[in-house]
Amino acid sequence: MKKSFAITLDPGTSLANHTGSWRTSRPVYTNFLPPCNAACPAGEDIQGWLFHAEIGNYEKAWQSLVENNPIPAIMGRVCYHPCEDSCNRKFIDEPVSINSVERFIGDEALRNGWSFEKPKPSSGKRVLVIGSGPAGLSAAYQLVRAGHKVEIHEAGSMSGGMLRFGIPKYRLPREVLDAEIKRILDLGVTLKLNTKVTNIPEAMKAGKFDAVFMAVGAHVGKHIEIPDADANKVMDAVSVLRSMEGEEKPMLGKRVVVYGGGNTAIDVARSAKRMGATDSTIVYRRTRERMPATVSEVDEVLEEGIKIKWLSTIKHGGESEITVEKMKLDDKGFPQPTGELETLKADSVVLALGQDSDLSLLEGLSDIKIKDGMVEVGSDMMTGHSGVFAGGDMVPSDRTVAVAVGHGKKAARYIDGWLRGKAYILPPKHELASFEKINPWYYSDAPRTARPMIDMQHRQSTFDEVQGGLEETIALFEARRCLSCGNCFGCNNCYSVCPDNAVIKLGPGRRFKINLDYCKGCGLCVEECPCGAIKMVQEDI
Amino acid sequence: MSYQIKKFYQTGTLTAGNRLLPSEDHCVQTDPKRHNSLDSGHRACQGCGEALGTRYAIDAAMKATNGQLIVANATGCLEVFSTPYPETSWRVPWVHSLFGNTAAVATGLAAAMRVKGKSDIRVIAQGGDGGTTDIGFGCLSGMFERNDDVLYICYDNQAYMNTGIQRSSATPAAARTATTMAVGDSPGNAFGQGKFLPTIAMAHGIPYVATATVSDLHDLEAKVKRAMEIRGARYIHILVPCPLGWGTASCDTIRVARMAKETGIFPVFEAENGEVTSVLKIRKKQPIAAYLKMQKRYVHLFKKSPKTDVIAQLQEIADDNIKKYGLLEEKCS
Ligand SMILES: Cc1cc2nc3c(=O)[nH]c(=O)nc-3n(C[C@H](O)[C@H](O)[C@H](O)COP(=O)(O)OP(=O)(O)OC[C@H]3O[C@@H](n4cnc5c(N)ncnc54)[C@H](O)[C@@H]3O)c2cc1C
Ligand SMILES: Cc1ncc(C[n+]2csc(CCOP(=O)(O)OP(=O)(O)O)c2C)c(N)n1
Ligand code: SF4
Ligand SMILES: [Mg+2]
Repeated sequence: MKKSFAITLDPGTSLANHTGSWRTSRPVYTNFLPPCNAACPAGEDIQGWLFHAEIGNYEKAWQSLVENNPIPAIMGRVCYHPCEDSCNRKFIDEPVSINSVERFIGDEALRNGWSFEKPKPSSGKRVLVIGSGPAGLSAAYQLVRAGHKVEIHEAGSMSGGMLRFGIPKYRLPREVLDAEIKRILDLGVTLKLNTKVTNIPEAMKAGKFDAVFMAVGAHVGKHIEIPDADANKVMDAVSVLRSMEGEEKPMLGKRVVVYGGGNTAIDVARSAKRMGATDSTIVYRRTRERMPATVSEVDEVLEEGIKIKWLSTIKHGGESEITVEKMKLDDKGFPQPTGELETLKADSVVLALGQDSDLSLLEGLSDIKIKDGMVEVGSDMMTGHSGVFAGGDMVPSDRTVAVAVGHGKKAARYIDGWLRGKAYILPPKHELASFEKINPWYYSDAPRTARPMIDMQHRQSTFDEVQGGLEETIALFEARRCLSCGNCFGCNNCYSVCPDNAVIKLGPGRRFKINLDYCKGCGLCVEECPCGAIKMVQEDI
Repeated sequence: MSYQIKKFYQTGTLTAGNRLLPSEDHCVQTDPKRHNSLDSGHRACQGCGEALGTRYAIDAAMKATNGQLIVANATGCLEVFSTPYPETSWRVPWVHSLFGNTAAVATGLAAAMRVKGKSDIRVIAQGGDGGTTDIGFGCLSGMFERNDDVLYICYDNQAYMNTGIQRSSATPAAARTATTMAVGDSPGNAFGQGKFLPTIAMAHGIPYVATATVSDLHDLEAKVKRAMEIRGARYIHILVPCPLGWGTASCDTIRVARMAKETGIFPVFEAENGEVTSVLKIRKKQPIAAYLKMQKRYVHLFKKSPKTDVIAQLQEIADDNIKKYGLLEEKCS
């Protein structure tokens, strides 16, 4: 047919007109890295498991969570949750209570007896894990799931490391700890208690191990001399907390002074109060802002009536008192003595000045480098000695449970690769789903819910757990506050807002596809994607 | 009642079709079997608000009438980008009319259906702001006054876009168009002129009048649905940003419409028999300057010495709307 002027098509539908040829850039569906995931030292896919929790499928959420962390009920109680600090929701109202939801899911799993996926077929390889703290447990779990035979050798009479001998009961009930450890052992991990490893090559030979993961933690309390102090009345925090677990409780007396500003100092002071101390006082040489303890723990300790003397050092001891000197910060922020003194009644002084690792088991292994009392490892978590890996508190790190779990997992991946002769290659990280990518319009206002706490009388006099869990409806509400940063949650916006019908819906749960025959590249789908899961990419023209 | 935001909170409450909501609460647009009344291959600019708005509205009407619909169209971008002879993007019975007589053509269609005993077949007339508020206004007013059984939808992009962005009586004050250049003492369109057709429609006492924007899909669809439940003359006025004429980025069409609503400069409401029955509240009030700055047609207000007096005048118009329609949520005392 002869076409008239400016007519390009035969009579019929405009579908013949492929307007996609106008395009200079195209939308591409992507999975960006949610900031919570990026911040999680255990490498949890938080957005991923919240996605399942949002529809109330807590079991699927748990299965997804334990891919990376086998102890969510523990972590949901003790983790310092850097995920929440970086949660994008804080720019809208407040961060999602990720930690509370994790605890809820972890508790649900224990309540319902959910179990881990079965391990892969046996590789025939044997791995020795030294230490049953979170790093050792995490590595053992990942290794046994990967098909290796795992034995944990633990020096102590009970498993758990600092989870049991550091973190007090009122923050981590022992039933929870025991249940989560048991679930790991039930996968087929062998735990040998009272088995201190003193020589690694010998232990390897004796047990025919092909590789070792060391996670001995840091248990030796740092000490300083307090002039004129009665040595019997000066104790170290880790020993005090450790003896809380045994038959013989430590003799702290009525007036307890704790020296230090970290979480350990706080835990000792709170434990002392619960054991009947009338005065439990923390002495710390710098300011409140500079305390290494987390803000919420400082708040809680003060609520419980424990005093904190900031900008103070212990000058010397005495019969049943200590002398404290006031400090002030110099220009550089270092505390300097002022000469101003004060006496405090004290039946005991507990030093909470940090811990060192007992690395005597490394004697004779000269190829393992030690720096500042910590073991050096490569990015694959392997020490200088081939086949010997290390993680957790004994290597330079932030020394938290989440870091320990992350190290255990990471080491296990590399150990698995090493044992199979196929080096593990860390998958590249996705680009960060920063808040600018989010279109907050589509989220309704939903302020964060607070965790319940038990009453003050119980807090001050018993070791009952201080923080309660969330009820199901509230946990669900919190999960649904998640913005799903950088990852499609199937909201249909892209499909709806395209002026050219150029988005194809692939069906429930199967996401969407761009029809490039008609996509003009306007970018509306990218702009109106609430969670920022689409990006514009320049066309090669 | 227009669309009410669900009172429970969840990931992406306000999206077109959240997986957590039952499917009856999803927008028509999320349906893989939606009608796609305006099909792909049309020649509207990238990010055209009018192309988007018309599919939103006509798909909703198709659903509400079970596909028993005829559409009469005024000329303007809507016609030119969809139906350059001999091809068309329309997947509905669709009648071309002149620039100024669409309401009359639709009246005729409705009369014909009635006479043929097919009054289940419903009629929509649609056009741009020029076709509606200027040249087509006589026919439209007649249609209102006779209460003809037609839904008239105006896609307001605030100028004659198709012929090169000339001023219409819906062009806002201070906006630059090809005929209201940004020159002289009071650059852009003059203050105190123009008309807001929704209130004129209400003054006719017709059963249903509503405004909407392409930024609130749930609201827009609910209004079309409501309109189709009523017989007689109905009028919906939809704000459809035009990237070309407004000088906005093609990806910002919905965002700028949202800003029009959130500043109060474009009140979104619903009226029955001449009385306002519901308003879509502002969620997070925005200053008018933030809205203006997104658009090149106002760029002369933000040159080296910003025209703060003009901006203040526009702010006043927005504030008046907020007061008049009660666009802000009342604070509990
Ligand atoms: C009081 C206190 C409170 C804390 N609170 C928190 C908290 O709330 N949140 C948080 O994230 N972190 C907290 N931490 C830090 C956290 O507990 C540690 O970072 C974490 O437990 C380190 O894990 P790990 O596996 O490296 O070592 P550990 O947990 O210390 O475990 C090491 C294990 O190795 C065993 N072991 C040592 N030497 C040998 C050997 N030669 N042979 C065999 N076994 C050996 C030990 O007996 C121990 O069981 C706290 C620490 C303390 C001290
Ligand atoms: C009687 C008549 N006068 C002028 C025109 C030229 N004309 C075609 S479209 C148009 C402008 C349309 O403006 P509007 O109705 O606002 O629709 P838009 O293109 O902005 O969507 C004009 C003036 C015409 N087609 N018929
Ligand atoms: S000029 Fe404006 S109304 Fe016309 S097709 Fe382009 S964007 Fe749409
Ligand atoms: Mg127009």
